[in-house]
Amino acid sequence: MNIPIEYYLILSAFMFFVGVAGVLTRRNAIIVFMSIELMLNSANLTLVTFSSYLGNSIGQLFVFFVMTVAAADAAVGLAIIIAIFRNKLTVNIDEINILKW
Amino acid sequence: MTLQIVLFFIFAAVSAVTAVIMITRTNAVISALFLVLNFASLAGLYLTLNAQFIAVTQIIVYAGAIMVLFLFVLMLLRPENEKKILDMKPKLQIFAMIIAFIVFIQIAYIIFFAQPLQNISPDLTNSIKAGTIEAIGRELFTKYIVPFEAAGFLLLAAAIGALVLAKKKFE
Repeated sequence: MNIPIEYYLILSAFMFFVGVAGVLTRRNAIIVFMSIELMLNSANLTLVTFSSYLGNSIGQLFVFFVMTVAAADAAVGLAIIIAIFRNKLTVNIDEINILKW
Repeated sequence: MTLQIVLFFIFAAVSAVTAVIMITRTNAVISALFLVLNFASLAGLYLTLNAQFIAVTQIIVYAGAIMVLFLFVLMLLRPENEKKILDMKPKLQIFAMIIAFIVFIQIAYIIFFAQPLQNISPDLTNSIKAGTIEAIGRELFTKYIVPFEAAGFLLLAAAIGALVLAKKKFE
Protein backbone atom coordinates (compact mmCIF):
# COMPACT_ATOMS: atom_id res chain seq x y z
CA MET A 1 0.00 0.00 0.00
CA ASN A 2 2.76 2.43 -0.82
CA ILE A 3 0.93 4.05 -3.71
CA PRO A 4 -0.79 7.30 -2.68
CA ILE A 5 -4.56 6.99 -2.90
CA GLU A 6 -4.70 10.14 -5.03
CA TYR A 7 -3.15 8.30 -7.99
CA TYR A 8 -6.07 5.91 -8.22
CA LEU A 9 -8.60 8.70 -7.70
CA ILE A 10 -7.06 10.88 -10.41
CA LEU A 11 -7.00 7.96 -12.84
CA SER A 12 -10.64 7.34 -12.06
CA ALA A 13 -11.45 11.03 -12.56
CA PHE A 14 -9.65 11.01 -15.91
CA MET A 15 -11.61 7.98 -17.08
CA PHE A 16 -14.83 9.67 -16.01
CA PHE A 17 -13.77 12.76 -17.99
CA VAL A 18 -13.13 10.67 -21.09
CA GLY A 19 -16.52 9.01 -20.64
CA VAL A 20 -18.33 12.36 -20.36
CA ALA A 21 -16.48 13.66 -23.44
CA GLY A 22 -17.48 10.53 -25.35
CA VAL A 23 -21.14 10.86 -24.43
CA LEU A 24 -21.22 14.53 -25.42
CA THR A 25 -19.22 14.40 -28.66
CA ARG A 26 -20.03 11.07 -30.30
CA ARG A 27 -23.16 10.61 -32.41
CA ASN A 28 -23.23 6.82 -32.70
CA ALA A 29 -25.66 5.49 -30.09
CA ILE A 30 -23.60 2.38 -29.38
CA ILE A 31 -20.42 4.37 -28.73
CA VAL A 32 -22.39 6.67 -26.41
CA PHE A 33 -23.49 3.53 -24.59
CA MET A 34 -19.92 2.27 -24.34
CA SER A 35 -18.86 5.62 -22.88
CA ILE A 36 -21.51 5.18 -20.21
CA GLU A 37 -19.98 1.80 -19.37
CA LEU A 38 -16.61 3.54 -19.11
CA MET A 39 -18.03 6.01 -16.57
CA LEU A 40 -19.55 3.15 -14.55
CA ASN A 41 -16.12 1.52 -14.48
CA SER A 42 -14.38 4.65 -13.29
CA ALA A 43 -16.84 4.85 -10.40
CA ASN A 44 -16.13 1.18 -9.67
CA LEU A 45 -12.41 1.94 -9.50
CA THR A 46 -13.05 4.61 -6.88
CA LEU A 47 -15.19 2.24 -4.82
CA VAL A 48 -12.59 -0.54 -4.91
CA THR A 49 -9.83 1.93 -4.04
CA PHE A 50 -11.56 3.19 -0.92
CA SER A 51 -12.61 -0.32 0.03
CA SER A 52 -9.03 -1.54 -0.19
CA TYR A 53 -7.50 1.41 1.63
CA LEU A 54 -10.06 1.23 4.44
CA GLY A 55 -9.80 -2.56 4.74
CA ASN A 56 -13.56 -2.94 4.44
CA SER A 57 -15.23 -5.21 1.90
CA ILE A 58 -18.55 -3.32 1.62
CA GLY A 59 -17.20 -1.23 -1.26
CA GLN A 60 -16.35 -4.32 -3.28
CA LEU A 61 -19.80 -5.70 -2.52
CA PHE A 62 -21.27 -2.54 -3.98
CA VAL A 63 -19.10 -2.94 -7.09
CA PHE A 64 -20.62 -6.41 -7.46
CA PHE A 65 -24.11 -4.89 -7.48
CA VAL A 66 -23.02 -2.17 -9.90
CA MET A 67 -21.83 -4.89 -12.28
CA THR A 68 -25.23 -6.58 -12.05
CA VAL A 69 -27.03 -3.37 -12.88
CA ALA A 70 -24.57 -2.65 -15.73
CA ALA A 71 -25.28 -6.07 -17.25
CA ALA A 72 -29.02 -5.45 -17.00
CA ASP A 73 -28.82 -1.98 -18.51
CA ALA A 74 -26.57 -3.18 -21.35
CA ALA A 75 -29.12 -5.86 -22.25
CA VAL A 76 -32.13 -3.52 -22.17
CA GLY A 77 -30.31 -0.60 -23.80
CA LEU A 78 -29.00 -2.65 -26.69
CA ALA A 79 -32.47 -4.12 -27.21
CA ILE A 80 -33.83 -0.58 -27.41
CA ILE A 81 -31.12 0.36 -29.91
CA ILE A 82 -32.01 -2.65 -32.07
CA ALA A 83 -35.71 -1.74 -31.94
CA ILE A 84 -34.92 1.85 -32.99
CA PHE A 85 -32.67 0.60 -35.78
CA ARG A 86 -35.52 -1.54 -37.12
CA ASN A 87 -37.74 1.52 -37.36
CA LYS A 88 -35.38 4.29 -38.49
CA LEU A 89 -32.48 2.30 -40.08
CA THR A 90 -29.98 4.45 -38.24
CA VAL A 91 -28.31 4.65 -34.85
CA ASN A 92 -27.25 8.28 -35.22
CA ILE A 93 -28.67 10.03 -32.17
CA ASP A 94 -29.15 13.30 -34.08
CA GLU A 95 -31.69 11.63 -36.34
CA ILE A 96 -33.53 9.83 -33.56
CA ASN A 97 -35.75 12.72 -32.48
CA ILE A 98 -39.24 11.23 -32.22
CA LEU A 99 -39.68 12.41 -28.66
CA LYS A 100 -38.16 15.84 -29.22
CA TRP A 101 -40.99 18.02 -30.48
CA MET B 1 10.29 1.43 -7.35
CA THR B 2 8.63 -1.67 -6.09
CA LEU B 3 6.77 -4.06 -8.37
CA GLN B 4 3.43 -2.69 -7.21
CA ILE B 5 4.22 0.84 -8.39
CA VAL B 6 5.54 -0.38 -11.74
CA LEU B 7 2.42 -2.46 -12.29
CA PHE B 8 0.21 0.44 -11.28
CA PHE B 9 1.82 2.77 -13.80
CA ILE B 10 1.66 0.19 -16.61
CA PHE B 11 -2.01 -0.58 -16.04
CA ALA B 12 -2.92 3.08 -15.48
CA ALA B 13 -1.23 4.12 -18.72
CA VAL B 14 -2.92 1.34 -20.67
CA SER B 15 -6.36 2.14 -19.28
CA ALA B 16 -6.03 5.91 -19.85
CA VAL B 17 -4.70 5.55 -23.41
CA THR B 18 -7.27 2.94 -24.43
CA ALA B 19 -10.08 5.09 -23.02
CA VAL B 20 -8.98 8.00 -25.21
CA ILE B 21 -8.58 5.75 -28.25
CA MET B 22 -12.01 4.31 -27.58
CA ILE B 23 -13.83 7.60 -27.98
CA THR B 24 -11.78 8.86 -30.95
CA ARG B 25 -12.04 5.94 -33.42
CA THR B 26 -14.64 6.23 -36.16
CA ASN B 27 -15.01 2.46 -36.50
CA ALA B 28 -17.27 1.19 -33.72
CA VAL B 29 -15.79 -2.32 -33.68
CA ILE B 30 -12.30 -0.97 -32.98
CA SER B 31 -13.78 1.16 -30.17
CA ALA B 32 -15.38 -1.94 -28.64
CA LEU B 33 -12.12 -3.91 -28.79
CA PHE B 34 -10.19 -1.09 -27.11
CA LEU B 35 -12.86 -0.95 -24.42
CA VAL B 36 -12.22 -4.66 -23.78
CA LEU B 37 -8.52 -3.86 -23.32
CA ASN B 38 -9.46 -1.03 -20.97
CA PHE B 39 -11.57 -3.38 -18.83
CA ALA B 40 -8.75 -5.92 -18.74
CA SER B 41 -6.25 -3.33 -17.51
CA LEU B 42 -8.80 -2.21 -14.89
CA ALA B 43 -8.84 -5.82 -13.68
CA GLY B 44 -5.07 -5.55 -13.29
CA LEU B 45 -5.52 -2.36 -11.25
CA TYR B 46 -7.99 -4.17 -8.99
CA LEU B 47 -5.32 -6.83 -8.44
CA THR B 48 -2.84 -4.17 -7.32
CA LEU B 49 -5.55 -3.08 -4.86
CA ASN B 50 -5.78 -6.65 -3.41
CA ALA B 51 -9.32 -7.10 -4.76
CA GLN B 52 -9.00 -10.56 -6.31
CA PHE B 53 -12.69 -11.42 -6.55
CA ILE B 54 -13.63 -8.13 -8.22
CA ALA B 55 -10.73 -8.48 -10.67
CA VAL B 56 -11.90 -11.91 -11.83
CA THR B 57 -15.51 -10.75 -11.99
CA GLN B 58 -14.43 -7.75 -14.04
CA ILE B 59 -12.82 -10.03 -16.63
CA ILE B 60 -15.71 -12.50 -16.74
CA VAL B 61 -18.68 -10.12 -16.61
CA TYR B 62 -17.43 -6.97 -18.33
CA ALA B 63 -14.74 -8.10 -20.76
CA GLY B 64 -16.52 -11.40 -21.35
CA ALA B 65 -20.27 -11.06 -21.24
CA ILE B 66 -21.13 -7.39 -21.72
CA MET B 67 -18.61 -6.65 -24.46
CA VAL B 68 -19.64 -9.78 -26.38
CA LEU B 69 -23.19 -8.44 -26.25
CA PHE B 70 -21.97 -5.11 -27.64
CA LEU B 71 -20.04 -6.81 -30.45
CA PHE B 72 -23.07 -8.93 -31.35
CA VAL B 73 -25.25 -5.84 -31.65
CA LEU B 74 -22.56 -4.13 -33.75
CA MET B 75 -22.65 -7.14 -36.04
CA LEU B 76 -26.43 -6.83 -36.41
CA LEU B 77 -26.45 -3.13 -37.26
CA ARG B 78 -25.27 -1.47 -40.43
CA PRO B 79 -21.96 0.37 -39.89
CA GLU B 80 -22.51 4.11 -39.83
CA ASN B 81 -19.95 6.16 -41.67
CA GLU B 82 -19.45 8.68 -38.93
CA LYS B 83 -17.17 11.38 -40.29
CA LYS B 84 -14.15 12.77 -38.48
CA ILE B 85 -15.13 13.47 -34.92
CA LEU B 86 -14.49 17.18 -34.69
CA ASP B 87 -15.57 18.51 -38.08
CA MET B 88 -19.34 17.95 -38.07
CA LYS B 89 -20.47 20.64 -35.66
CA PRO B 90 -17.22 22.13 -34.36
CA LYS B 91 -18.82 24.67 -32.04
CA LEU B 92 -20.99 22.06 -30.36
CA GLN B 93 -18.06 19.67 -30.01
CA ILE B 94 -15.79 22.28 -28.46
CA PHE B 95 -18.55 23.27 -26.06
CA ALA B 96 -18.98 19.63 -25.10
CA MET B 97 -15.26 19.25 -24.45
CA ILE B 98 -15.32 22.36 -22.24
CA ILE B 99 -18.20 20.92 -20.21
CA ALA B 100 -16.39 17.59 -19.79
CA PHE B 101 -13.21 19.38 -18.76
CA ILE B 102 -15.10 21.39 -16.13
CA VAL B 103 -16.37 18.10 -14.69
CA PHE B 104 -12.78 16.81 -14.54
CA ILE B 105 -11.53 19.97 -12.84
CA GLN B 106 -14.28 19.72 -10.24
CA ILE B 107 -13.45 16.13 -9.39
CA ALA B 108 -9.71 16.86 -9.25
CA TYR B 109 -10.40 19.85 -6.99
CA ILE B 110 -12.40 17.66 -4.63
CA ILE B 111 -9.67 15.01 -4.55
CA PHE B 112 -6.80 17.38 -3.84
CA PHE B 113 -8.26 20.21 -1.80
CA ALA B 114 -11.16 18.83 0.18
CA GLN B 115 -8.72 16.41 1.88
CA PRO B 116 -11.09 13.59 2.78
CA LEU B 117 -8.07 11.30 3.07
CA GLN B 118 -6.68 12.47 6.41
CA ASN B 119 -7.98 9.62 8.54
CA ILE B 120 -7.15 6.80 6.15
CA SER B 121 -4.41 4.61 7.53
CA PRO B 122 -3.82 1.80 5.04
CA ASP B 123 -3.50 -1.56 6.71
CA LEU B 124 -2.21 -4.29 4.44
CA THR B 125 -3.61 -7.34 6.25
CA ASN B 126 -7.10 -5.84 6.51
CA SER B 127 -6.95 -4.85 2.88
CA ILE B 128 -5.99 -8.33 1.73
CA LYS B 129 -8.67 -9.87 3.93
CA ALA B 130 -11.34 -7.55 2.53
CA GLY B 131 -10.71 -8.60 -1.05
CA THR B 132 -11.01 -12.36 -0.65
CA ILE B 133 -14.04 -14.17 -1.97
CA GLU B 134 -14.62 -15.50 1.55
CA ALA B 135 -15.16 -12.07 3.11
CA ILE B 136 -17.33 -10.85 0.24
CA GLY B 137 -19.37 -14.04 0.21
CA ARG B 138 -19.97 -13.90 3.94
CA GLU B 139 -21.26 -10.33 3.73
CA LEU B 140 -23.29 -11.11 0.61
CA PHE B 141 -25.12 -14.13 1.97
CA THR B 142 -25.78 -12.90 5.49
CA LYS B 143 -26.23 -9.16 5.82
CA TYR B 144 -26.96 -8.32 2.20
CA ILE B 145 -29.10 -11.30 1.19
CA VAL B 146 -32.13 -9.14 0.30
CA PRO B 147 -30.23 -6.89 -2.16
CA PHE B 148 -28.66 -10.04 -3.60
CA GLU B 149 -32.06 -11.58 -4.31
CA ALA B 150 -33.27 -8.25 -5.68
CA ALA B 151 -30.28 -8.22 -8.06
CA GLY B 152 -31.24 -11.68 -9.29
CA PHE B 153 -34.79 -10.50 -9.89
CA LEU B 154 -33.45 -7.43 -11.71
CA LEU B 155 -31.48 -9.66 -14.07
CA LEU B 156 -34.58 -11.76 -14.76
CA ALA B 157 -36.58 -8.61 -15.49
CA ALA B 158 -33.82 -7.31 -17.78
CA ALA B 159 -33.68 -10.57 -19.71
CA ILE B 160 -37.45 -10.60 -20.25
CA GLY B 161 -37.45 -6.90 -21.12
CA ALA B 162 -34.66 -7.30 -23.67
CA LEU B 163 -36.48 -10.22 -25.26
CA VAL B 164 -39.75 -8.31 -25.55
CA LEU B 165 -38.10 -5.13 -26.84
CA ALA B 166 -35.91 -6.79 -29.45
CA LYS B 167 -38.51 -9.26 -30.66
CA LYS B 168 -41.49 -7.33 -31.94
CA LYS B 169 -41.67 -4.21 -34.02
CA PHE B 170 -42.90 -0.94 -32.63
CA GLU B 171 -46.02 0.39 -34.29
